Amino acid sequence: MTAAAARPAVVRGPRSGRTRLRTVPWGVVAASAVLVLVLLVVAFPGLFTSRGPLEADPLQAFLPPGQGGLLGTDQLGRSVWSRVAYGARYSIFIAVAATVVGVLVGVAIGLAAGLGGRVTDEVTTRGLDVVAAFPAILLAIVLVTIVGPGIPTVIVALGIASVPRYARIVRAETHVVRRSGYVEQSVTFGLRRSTLVVRHVLPHAVVSVPILATIGLGTCILAASSLSFIGLGPKPPSPEWGAMLSDGRNYLQLAWWISVFPGVAIVAVVVAVSVVGRRLQRHFEHREQS
Amino acid sequence: MTALDTQAAPTVDAPLAPTVDAAPSRARVGGRTGTPGVVGRRLLGTVLVLWASVTVAFVALQLAPGSAVDALVPPTVRTPEALAAVTAEWGLDRPLVQQYGDYVVRLLHGDLGTSYQLHRPVIDVIGSQMGPTVQLATAGLGVAVLLAVILAVSTAGRPWASRIAGGAELAIVSIPEFWLGIVLLFVFSFSLGWFPVAGAGGVSSLVLPAVALGLGLVGLISQVLREGVERSLEQPYTLSVRARGVSETGLRLRHSLRHASLPVVTLLGWLVGGLLGGVIIVEQVFGRPGIGVVALQAAQARDLPVVLGIALLSALVYVTVNTAVDLLALLIDPRLRSRS
Repeated sequence: MTAAAARPAVVRGPRSGRTRLRTVPWGVVAASAVLVLVLLVVAFPGLFTSRGPLEADPLQAFLPPGQGGLLGTDQLGRSVWSRVAYGARYSIFIAVAATVVGVLVGVAIGLAAGLGGRVTDEVTTRGLDVVAAFPAILLAIVLVTIVGPGIPTVIVALGIASVPRYARIVRAETHVVRRSGYVEQSVTFGLRRSTLVVRHVLPHAVVSVPILATIGLGTCILAASSLSFIGLGPKPPSPEWGAMLSDGRNYLQLAWWISVFPGVAIVAVVVAVSVVGRRLQRHFEHREQS
Repeated sequence: MTALDTQAAPTVDAPLAPTVDAAPSRARVGGRTGTPGVVGRRLLGTVLVLWASVTVAFVALQLAPGSAVDALVPPTVRTPEALAAVTAEWGLDRPLVQQYGDYVVRLLHGDLGTSYQLHRPVIDVIGSQMGPTVQLATAGLGVAVLLAVILAVSTAGRPWASRIAGGAELAIVSIPEFWLGIVLLFVFSFSLGWFPVAGAGGVSSLVLPAVALGLGLVGLISQVLREGVERSLEQPYTLSVRARGVSETGLRLRHSLRHASLPVVTLLGWLVGGLLGGVIIVEQVFGRPGIGVVALQAAQARDLPVVLGIALLSALVYVTVNTAVDLLALLIDPRLRSRS
C-alpha cells in the first residue's frame, strides 16, 4: 500500500484516488443489506417462516420450490426454506465463537511474542508456523479423533486454526509500537510495564484485528459448513447448512433444491461478509495513509 | 490474508537483523555471501516445524484414550502374556522420554505406527490410498493455475474487465468446494451425462473433482497475479518493449507474467499446504478413494495413529514445498539474497 501511495499520480491518470472519493458502492450496500437480513433471521427465525425446521410431513415430500413453500420440501416433507432460516443460527454461532476464540488467543500470543525477548519471540513465531502448516479441516479431524465430534470441537478447531493470522499481525504491530517514540518516552517517565502495555501498546497493536476478524468470519463460515458436510459437526436432523447439503446429496437426481439452496445461503453470507470486510480494510488503509 | 502476512514480515524482521549479525565473524561483506545464511536459517526453520509437529503428535498419542498395546495385539490372541510380551518388545513400559526418543527414531525410519482399527502399519494404510489423492491434488492445482493465468493476464490493466473479474474472483473464493461439487455433479453428470457420477477410473472421472477443487484457488491466485501484472505493466520498461513493436499479448505473456510470478509461487506454496483440506471434501462429494476417505474413517473410529500419520505427512509436504518455494524465490530474485 505504501508503494502505491509513493507512486506518482500521473502514472495512473484520471483513475487515481477514485475509490477514495466515491460514495459507498452499491455492492457494499447490497452486502450490508444481506448481512442485516441474516442477522434478523438468526435473531427471529420465526418471523420469516411459519413452519418449524423439523416439522415433517411425508405426504408432502420432494415438492419443488413454489409448490411446497418458498424453496420446496425435502425427503421428509420438511420445508427447505424453514430449515435454511433456522440453520443460519448454527453457521453464524459457530463462526462467531471460533473467531472470538481465535482473536483472544491470537492477540494474547501476538502481544507476548511482540513484547517478549528474542527467544520468546522466536519460539512463538515457530509455533505459529507449526499451526499454520495444518489446514483447518485437518486440525478438526485430529481434534475429533481425540475428543469426539460436536459443535465445541468444531469451534475450538477453527479457533486454533485462525490463531496465527491474528497473532502474526498483532506481533508485527507490537514490534512497531514498542519502538515508537511515545512508548520509549513513557518508559523514561517510569510508567509501570503493565499500564504501558494495556494503555499504550495494546490499543495500537489491535487496530487491524476487527477488520481481519470480519474477513476471518467468512472463512470460518465456509470451514464450519465444510466440517458439517463431512459429518464432523452438528448431526443431520439439525438444520445446519453443510449437514443439509450432505443429506440432500443422496436425492440430487430427484430434488436438486434440497442441496442447492443451503449452498446458496452459504455463498451469499460469505460473499456479503467478505465484501463488507474488504471495504472496511480499504477504508482503514486509506485512513492510515493520509 | 496471505498478502497481509507477507507485507508484515519484512517490517518485523528488519529491526531484528542487527542483533542476529552482531558477531563480527558473521558480518557479511557483500550481498551474495548472505545466501548460505539465508538458506541455512530457512532449513533450520523447516526442521524445527517438523520436530514440533512430531512432538505434538507424540503428546496427543500419550493423552488420548486407547492404548498402543491394544492396537498391536489383535483381539483374537489377546492374552495377558501376549500383552506383556508386546509391551516389553515395544518398550511401552519404559520412561516417557525414552519412548519419545524411540518414536522420533521410528518416524525417521518411515514407521508411523500401527493402526488401532486395521492392525496394519499406518504407512501401508496411507500409501495404498496415496495415488488417487496425488492425482486429484495435481489436477486441481493445474486447473487453478491455468485458469488463473488466463483470467489475470487477459483482464489486468483493463478497468472494466478487471472489475468484473475481481467480483467473479470474490464469488468464486466464497463458494464451498462441496457445494460446487454437488452443482457440477447435478449439471454435468446427472443432467447432461458427460461425466461419471462417482469413482476414480480414468481421466473423465477426474475432470469434475479437479474443477471443484481448483476453482476456489483460481480466485486467490488470480487476485495476486493480476495485481502483479498490473504493477509490472506500469513499469517504465513496458514502454520500451512496446516501442520495439511487441504485441500487447506478447508483452503480457513474456514480460509482465514473469515479473508477477514471484508472489504467485509463494502463494502456491501456501496453497499446497491447505490443499489436503479441499481434497478431503472433494473426495467425499465425488465418492473417490484416497487419503481423505482414510482420514475420515479413522476419525470416526478414533484411530489416532492413522490420523496423526496423515497430519505429519501433510506437515512434511507443506514445509518441503514451502522451503523449496523460498529457495526458488532466492533463485528467481537475487535481491532477496542479501536480506538477512
